[in-house]
Amino acid sequence: MTGQEVLDLLTRVLRDLLENDSIVLTTATRRQEVPNWDSLMYINFIVAVEIELGIKFKVADVESFANVGEIVATIRTMLK
Amino acid sequence: MDQPAGQRDFRLQIRAASAETDIRARLDALAGLAQSRLGLVETIQLDRALMRDATEPIDGYTRVRLAVLSTNTIDHLLPAIRVAGLGYKLRLDVFSGSFGQYRQELLDPASPLLQFRPDLILLSLNARQTTSGVPLAATAEEVEQALARAIEELRELWHHARRTFKASVIQQSYLDVSEPLFGSYDRLVPAAPSRLIARLNDLLARAAAQENVMLLDVAQASARDGLDAWFDVARWLQGKMEIAPQAAPVYGEMVARVVAAQRGLSKKCLVLDLDNTLWGGVIGDDGLEGIVLGEGSAVGEAHLALQRYVLQLKERGVILAVCSKNDTAIAEAAFRDHPEMLLRPADIAAFVANWGDKAENLKTISERLNIGLDSLVFVDDSPAERARVRETLPMVAVPELPEDAVHYVHCLANAGYFESVSFTADDRQRAGQYAANAERQALLGTLESMDDFLRGLKMSVVYGPIKAVDLARASQLINKTNQFNPTTRRCSAEELAAIAAIPGAVTLQFRLLDRFGDNGLVSVLILRPDREQSDAMEIDTWVMSCRVFGRELEFEAMNIAVEVGCRHGVREFRADYIPTKKNGVIRDLYPSLGFARSDQEGPASGAIQWRLNLSTYIARKTNIERTGNSE
Repeated sequence: MTGQEVLDLLTRVLRDLLENDSIVLTTATRRQEVPNWDSLMYINFIVAVEIELGIKFKVADVESFANVGEIVATIRTMLK
Repeated sequence: MDQPAGQRDFRLQIRAASAETDIRARLDALAGLAQSRLGLVETIQLDRALMRDATEPIDGYTRVRLAVLSTNTIDHLLPAIRVAGLGYKLRLDVFSGSFGQYRQELLDPASPLLQFRPDLILLSLNARQTTSGVPLAATAEEVEQALARAIEELRELWHHARRTFKASVIQQSYLDVSEPLFGSYDRLVPAAPSRLIARLNDLLARAAAQENVMLLDVAQASARDGLDAWFDVARWLQGKMEIAPQAAPVYGEMVARVVAAQRGLSKKCLVLDLDNTLWGGVIGDDGLEGIVLGEGSAVGEAHLALQRYVLQLKERGVILAVCSKNDTAIAEAAFRDHPEMLLRPADIAAFVANWGDKAENLKTISERLNIGLDSLVFVDDSPAERARVRETLPMVAVPELPEDAVHYVHCLANAGYFESVSFTADDRQRAGQYAANAERQALLGTLESMDDFLRGLKMSVVYGPIKAVDLARASQLINKTNQFNPTTRRCSAEELAAIAAIPGAVTLQFRLLDRFGDNGLVSVLILRPDREQSDAMEIDTWVMSCRVFGRELEFEAMNIAVEVGCRHGVREFRADYIPTKKNGVIRDLYPSLGFARSDQEGPASGAIQWRLNLSTYIARKTNIERTGNSE
């Protein structure tokens, strides 16, 4: 998957989860900038992405992602 | 990348449901969505729609205030609990206790729980605190003492919940998330972690039974589904979630079932189809000896396994009924005379076998047993019958049976229709009482709204002469059909070819399609010139598969036959009906098509002769389109 494809997928999952189609994720997006993306919805988001892609994030990664770009990069490494 | 079609569609469905202006209709629509198997994201979406709605009491929905008190994080489970409740017509108001504060919340006189006034209190605890204090070297007696103290504390909390809050209590069993220490030897060491938790759950169950506390057995569920489906150590370490987020929908469903059972909303009666459900094959065609049931064939054993499970349900107090398209006498004979049948006539409280509409027959069953339609579970292998019942009687539970009969039991058992929070002496006797009171009168299903059903099936017929390639299948249908077969004449492929070659003979074959797919070659009609009267034809053979009974195909087939006859300059059809033990279902076929009884003596003994004047024939309008003529 290209970086853009992963970004599109993350955007779609988060839009579905928060039911907010105005969300547009970029690599620079930080969780605090997205309305209602609280810690519970962050876990739900991680689990939904894991289920959809059939991957498991490392806990250390989940706790340290600083922005969406880091999530994208980690996913691309895992899918290689 | 696969397009996850489900979620996009699902949001649209939620939006459509939420757009209903009447709140009852809105809840009904959302409840309909809650019935399907939902993932994590869909559950959250549906819950959000539900939470947007007003909280006023709604007719048909039971409001229940449920407090969940826990040693773990549970916030991620609440949407699933509310959504699953909706599927059982429960509006659950859920109070989420603070993490790890369950004792304080129960015991503190200023607890916010008092204001919430819970109807039910669910205690969702993990085993760590209870088991961590027991040293590995503890003897069996020491283990018992330690666990007994833990159970004693729970009893205190239960009593307190009842006394202070007037609430009923649901206690969750302890999930065993321990890792093996010795391996297989763990079970022999009283204080090995997995052994401790197993013992703790035993004691918990015993205490719950004594105290009349309901059990939410996640330990059993995780043993069945595998611990990985329930527990994710990453989520535990990250957020102290003992039930993993992906298990939330299943967990919510389990909670809702227990609450529904406590409120008396569980199903009471299992209504069973016969052919290809309780046994393999079609008894009307295959005969008592021909149905597939019992040892010796995997399919026969699968149907037997269903019967065995159904009998166990009956012992539990579930009422059994039969709803089948069959001749009553033939269907009852199986229950009486088939050596492999486990179910016997006395097991069935209401036995309805006829050719009427099943939705109407379900109403009759509900009236006869004097239980609500919403207490019925209808098990039928036919997608068309299931769709008919779902459309007409949405309150009847209709499991989506898998195609393979070997999975019937699993499907029925895991749908949780008969969840219970008790097993009383009354339960043990109930099924018998119903059976004793049952009346076995014959039923005449009414046909109103049948038309809507048939229209909804979007049926079409493809017909044409029987060609060389069709001979084998056509003769097979003729030879295996016993019910819709007025003459029960048999005919090999060669004989069929010979009849088709008679000058002036007409052969017709019909395939019926509907929105569920192609039913295949379902009817064959053979007309040959009458021996005495040159402008008359005789219906030599007419057979139709029982799969399409009640679909109006006989009318459309006759319409077609009359048109073909007219084209051949024929003025009259003659037909024989030779009654047999199996073809009683079409006793009135010819008169219903406009044939008149002729006075002449039949050629074979017992045959009844019928005649149809083609010039006065009134074609009956049907819900079957003619899409193809393979002529």
